[in-house]
Amino acid sequence: MTVTVRALMGASLLLVATGAASAQTTITVATVNNGDMIRMQRLMPDFNAKHPDIKVNWVTLEENVLRQRVTTDIASKGGQYDVLTIGNYEVPIWAKQNWLLPLDNLGADYDQADLLPQVAQSLTVNGKLYAVPFYAESSMLMYRADLLEKAGLKMPENPDWDFITEAAAKMTDKAAGVYGICLRGKAGWGENMAFLTSMNNSMGGAWFDMKWKPQFDGPEWKKTLETYLKLMSSYGPPGASSNGFNENLALFQTGKCGMWIDATVAASFLSDPKESKVADKLGFAPAPTRAGGQNHGNWLWSWNLAIPASSAKADAAKTFVAWATSPAYAKLVAEKEGIANVPPGTRTSLYQNEAYLKAAPFAPMTLKAIQSADTQHPSEKEVPYTGGQFVAIPEFQAIGTSVGQQFSAALAGKANADQALAASQALTSREMTRAGYPK
Amino acid sequence: MAREVSTGRKAVVTAIAWGIGLLIFFPILWTVLTSFKTEGEAINPHPSFLFFDWTLENYHTVNERSDYLGHFWNSVVIALGSTLLGLLIAIPAAWSMAFVPGKRTKDLLMWMLSTKMMPAVGVLVPIYLLARDTGLLDSKTGLVIVLTLVNLPIIVWMLYTYFKEIPGEILEAARMDGASLGAEILYVLTPMAVPGIASTLLLNVILAWNESFWTLNLTAANSAPLTAFIASYSSPEGLFYAKLSAASTMAIAPILILGWFSQKQLVRGLTFGAVK
Repeated sequence: MTVTVRALMGASLLLVATGAASAQTTITVATVNNGDMIRMQRLMPDFNAKHPDIKVNWVTLEENVLRQRVTTDIASKGGQYDVLTIGNYEVPIWAKQNWLLPLDNLGADYDQADLLPQVAQSLTVNGKLYAVPFYAESSMLMYRADLLEKAGLKMPENPDWDFITEAAAKMTDKAAGVYGICLRGKAGWGENMAFLTSMNNSMGGAWFDMKWKPQFDGPEWKKTLETYLKLMSSYGPPGASSNGFNENLALFQTGKCGMWIDATVAASFLSDPKESKVADKLGFAPAPTRAGGQNHGNWLWSWNLAIPASSAKADAAKTFVAWATSPAYAKLVAEKEGIANVPPGTRTSLYQNEAYLKAAPFAPMTLKAIQSADTQHPSEKEVPYTGGQFVAIPEFQAIGTSVGQQFSAALAGKANADQALAASQALTSREMTRAGYPK
Repeated sequence: MAREVSTGRKAVVTAIAWGIGLLIFFPILWTVLTSFKTEGEAINPHPSFLFFDWTLENYHTVNERSDYLGHFWNSVVIALGSTLLGLLIAIPAAWSMAFVPGKRTKDLLMWMLSTKMMPAVGVLVPIYLLARDTGLLDSKTGLVIVLTLVNLPIIVWMLYTYFKEIPGEILEAARMDGASLGAEILYVLTPMAVPGIASTLLLNVILAWNESFWTLNLTAANSAPLTAFIASYSSPEGLFYAKLSAASTMAIAPILILGWFSQKQLVRGLTFGAVK
């Protein structure tokens, strides 16, 4: 036997030996960069101590890149990821494609019944849970209590759009750089269309009728868009057509906005005195309805953990998912990072915890907003889809973004409301016909 | 003979050139400046240019949260690996096209260039499936191969242009002295073409370093280069511009420094053959 062959044999023996010594399973978690996820990465020593046999690799990507990346991998069964961070828009669509594993038996101390029913329902298909919520949010009205008082107004229990218009007019002081209302204007299905779809729900409107015919030619969308354009052009900040969540957050934090209707999670950013100049001047109210209406828009969004059917390490992945969304994890965050930083919107028990309610003054309104969201009946009209601030069909991303561009252009003054609505009606009809609706 | 140019005219032209240069460089400068701001200052609708509270906090956060060196090493391997492999294939190819062109050489060159005209996403799924079946997903080897193929047309074209400038008679002389084909390429052609090869190498390292479509789509945790490092700092909810700028600055710094030191070769390479 030559020396080379002997050396090679020795080397391969060594390799086998090291392989046997570390029976560690490595799982890859794909996620987005948000505060709660970063916090979880800091708390990983707890998971490593409890499960030394599982090693977790993180892949953090921009939201849209993540979506594209994960879709390619699942559709082609690449098996690159074992745990995915996805929204409640994807969960029902992907579950129906058999792309996700159902999640049951997450352990005795997982307490599945404690998950907020509205949130759990949006992740359930045919009675099975296909993802577990990591944090959830609805929408609400955040306002400057000091400016409202100065304007001589009092926030009603259920504000309507007429009140919002009146308050916006009175709170606006352009000379002082204060704008009565800040709303999303940046085009995108998850940007301005999340807000406008929700607002249209509150006006009694819908995206489609039971025959999947788009409704942009109806009176509700006209009322929605005209109210929105009037509010924003008269009392909104300049350049609003490029403002999304983050831009409005910065404007509100620096005292430039009187009111802001957006995701409930914004309240925790606004209440942080380290980041926000207006932390002690805040008021919270339900998202507006039309006069006499009951529907607050049915906005419900959650970031969830799911396991793709292509994962070869589903058991280890399940262990991780259960750890990250368990009541024990909430306790861990409370201990290490402060109770106000527990991921919101997923568990009933959190909202019964006195310490949390004290640390997070916006918690009752957040809970109320989430509880009033009905993802199974987003519109007051009978509709063939589920959703809320989105329509849960695969085509919605593309259509929603195209319509969002029309509305954003109208906000920028490049078209009027009627033109934007007509264009939206035409493009949505075309895309829906092409996609073969009604199915 | 050079034309005489008045001092005033020269000053104007210089000022315009500087203006355009600064305009092109401004986004990079702004990124660097933003990386030293707080998140609130970074998104301020009335930003200040230099007079803000300079802070290193973003760099601190980025270093604490991400493995910069790991991503950096992946970028180095992928960029250098794909460029060297590309040169290895392209030098003989460009030699044959420049010195022993066939009837279809021109068509072949055009066809190679045309592959760059198709959007990359058009072949994403086939390439993804190939990588999956060969076990090359999330591996540096896989990316080296893909980026070599992606940049090969440019490497061949650049080298072809340089080689065309070299008189074929010199190679003939070498052949008459009994040099083999390999020796002819290695000892005669290559040394004469060093400036051209160097600038091709530099340009391709830069292209591969900045390539973000394939590097994002074919990697996950193990072989993700600096492009993925930057992408991890965009946030759907919460301010991120300052941290993203810090990550971008760290990602472009090595290539910026490389470009600075080699700009002479780069400019020479890019304008080579422009004056006949």
